[in-house]
This record gives sequence, C-alpha cells and structure tokens, in this order.
Amino acid sequence: MSSPAQDQIHNVIIIGSGPAGYTAAVYTARAQLAPLVFEGTSFGGALMTTTEVENYPGFKDGIMGPELMDQMREQALRFGADLQMEDVEAVDLTGPVKTVTTGAGDTFRARSVILAMGAAARYLGVPGEQELLGRGVSACATCDGFFFKDQDIAVIGGGDSAMEEATFLTRFARSVTLVHRRDQLRASKIMAERAEADHKIRFAWNSAVTAIHGDAKVTGVTLRDTVTGAEREVAATGIFIAIGHDPRNELVQGQVTLDEGGYVVCRDRSTLTNLPGVFACGDLVDHTYRQAITAAGSGCAAALDAERYLATRHSAGAPNPAAAVTAPADEATAQEAAASR
Amino acid sequence: MGAVAQTTDATFEQDVLKSEVPVLVDFWAEWCGPCRKVAPILEEIAAEHGDKLKIVKLDIEANQKTAAQYGIVSIPTMNVYSGGEVVKSITGARPKPMMLKELADFIG
Repeated sequence: MSSPAQDQIHNVIIIGSGPAGYTAAVYTARAQLAPLVFEGTSFGGALMTTTEVENYPGFKDGIMGPELMDQMREQALRFGADLQMEDVEAVDLTGPVKTVTTGAGDTFRARSVILAMGAAARYLGVPGEQELLGRGVSACATCDGFFFKDQDIAVIGGGDSAMEEATFLTRFARSVTLVHRRDQLRASKIMAERAEADHKIRFAWNSAVTAIHGDAKVTGVTLRDTVTGAEREVAATGIFIAIGHDPRNELVQGQVTLDEGGYVVCRDRSTLTNLPGVFACGDLVDHTYRQAITAAGSGCAAALDAERYLATRHSAGAPNPAAAVTAPADEATAQEAAASR
Repeated sequence: MGAVAQTTDATFEQDVLKSEVPVLVDFWAEWCGPCRKVAPILEEIAAEHGDKLKIVKLDIEANQKTAAQYGIVSIPTMNVYSGGEVVKSITGARPKPMMLKELADFIG
C-alpha cells in the first residue's frame, strides 16, 4: 500500500505534537516546507492533562491546557502542515534521506527530521501500582479528580505538577496528603505557597511510598520515613502520581546521542543533534526549564535550524524541492552553516 | 455512518445490556484531555467495525449512576459488554493499532 505521501521525499518530518512539535510545524509550514507531522497518541503532549495554564504569555486570564494545544494545532493546519494522528514505530535517521515508519507499517521519507516526542510521566514502581491503575491509582488529576468527592487522596511528588494536582484536587477531596521524599519542595515558590496555604492539604515530609494497597479499589499506601526508616500506613482512596517525567527517547536510542538522563544532546544552544538533518526540541532535550513556552521556543529554533540546513544542502531557493534527491552535499558544512545562524 | 451515539443512565439497559451485539461503552467527560484523544479513534473503529461491535459513549458527569455502578474512577475507561456483562475493560487512551489489538476478540 503506497500513497503520494509515501512516494514523496518530504522536506521535513516532525515527530511529536506538544508545544515544541506544533511550533516547529507552524514555522516550517509558513516557510513552505510542507511539514509532515506525526502527532501520535499523545497528541497535545503534557498540556492535555493540565488545567489552567496561567504563565503562557499572551493569555492574560490564563487558558486551559487542551484549549491552548487545540489553538496551536489549528495554527499549524492553517499554514498547511500535514498532521497525522499516528504513532511512529521506527526511524532510520542516518544518511541524507531519513525514513520514518508508522505503527500501521507505512514508511515515509524526508531530508530532515525534527524530534519533539516530549517526556512521559514516571511511575513509582512499587507493589500495587500497576494492578490498581484505573482503580484509584491515577496519573491524571484533571481526568479523575471528579471521582473522589469527599474522599481522602494522596498526591505523590514535590514539584510543580504535584502542587498543581494537589491544589486542583482540593475542589473535590475531603483531604489531600502531599507525599514527598524530602523535607522541602522542588516546586516554584508561587505553586508551593498556594499548596501550603490550602487548609485541605497536609504534607507527609521525608516519606517514600513503598506499596499501594487495595483489592478492587485503592484503600491506602505504606510510607517509609526516609530519615528514620519507620513505616506507616495512610488511608486514601485515590493516589495521584506526579513524580516527574522521562524523555521519550525509545525511537532514537542507538542513533542519536543521549545524555545520562536519556535526554537528546544538542550542540551548544542550537537544536542540532549528532546526526546531520536531525533536530531535537522540547522536553526531549530540556531537563532544566520544561515549560510550555520554552518548549515552543525550542520548536521554533528547530524549525529555523532545519530550514537553514535544507537551504544549504539544496542551495538556491527552491522552497519545496520535488522528489529528486540531489547529490548529498557536504553534510558537515551544512551542519556548520545551520549552527552559525 | 459509524457515528458513536450517546447513552445515558435512562437508556443504558436498552442500549447496552440488552444489545444483540457486543457494545463498547466509552466513559468520558468534557474536561478530560485523554478522552479527546481517544474519541476520534473510536469513531474510526465504529465506522470500520460497526457491524460487529457497537460503540456508544456515556458522559460520566451527567450519568453518575451508571459510572458508579461499574466502579469507574478513571477516564477514559472503555468497557465492552456482551450479554449484559463486562467482558473487557480498557483504561486510558491508546493508539489505534493498540486499540484494535485489545478489541481483536470482538472485531477480529
């Protein structure tokens, strides 16, 4: 089975659909590079499970995460990006023409690829957790908070997502226990203060979850004191896990250089990876800032880097070079040119 | 064609429990991001396999009785009912190929 989209060699394929992927799509589409975007199952990325985004510039009253992603998606469509809601199963990123194979088994080719797969929520890895997923263990407070009206909930984590979830869940819960391994929060000051001021939220400091209990439904957790080692039980019917994210690098392992945390390594302040014509952006790269706006910014940078790379390799202007593959240019030179923008 | 109809507390028995063919019920809510992801996938599956598997959606906010009766505490949850019993339960959005694999017994 072959379609025009498969026969063609595209200028750029974008993998991912958070703020980074959609911003790269908007920029490359406006540059008439006719990007093909694989949005995948997680389309919309991490913001799809948030509530109100208060810190994205331009929305003075805040905007709901899913609404912001819808807007970005529509903006990419408006400039002609080809959005495909498919998952990518395999990539071959070496060589001047890259191939991308979808879960349905279709293969697509492109001269450049922008990686924007983001990061996946981390799980605790304790007994009971996987067994009780969907039966009181949740990774999505906005989805499931509604079911825990007047109940006791535990939120695991000490960062901004944990604070956001805990604060959000007080709308429904009788009490929220914030369980954190250390004696101080990682969260930003505004988020931490909001949680600390909330009378429904109490804190279990220096506490690590060692097991989640329940048969048909969650009944509680065992916490181990990380200082004394003492264990105690806390009753809860809902357990919301917000202990951070791991970069989604499975597709590119063994091809693209990763750091010890699994993040894609980019050259200096650019989005250039170790492979010519392969660019990376968003939470897949960023272990420091991890904000919607920084992801969007790096998606823009990746689009400009890719545009520069294509222009250098396929000199003199044809914005949408047809299927003919030109002789591979000196890739190192093209990369350098892109790096020195 | 293949439209995914709404079911409610009032019509659940008729739409689902008394159905001749197996029925997938998508428990969803307006505010749930992952539910938005899975909805178009279910529309496609309904269009392609509607003869073997009926697909309906139930808004859990408007129909709390049914959601509570089946112990739904996480959405999206997709239960398959056959002969009035839950024979399969899927929690969380999945890509289409994975959904097809999960539902192979019914649409195979």
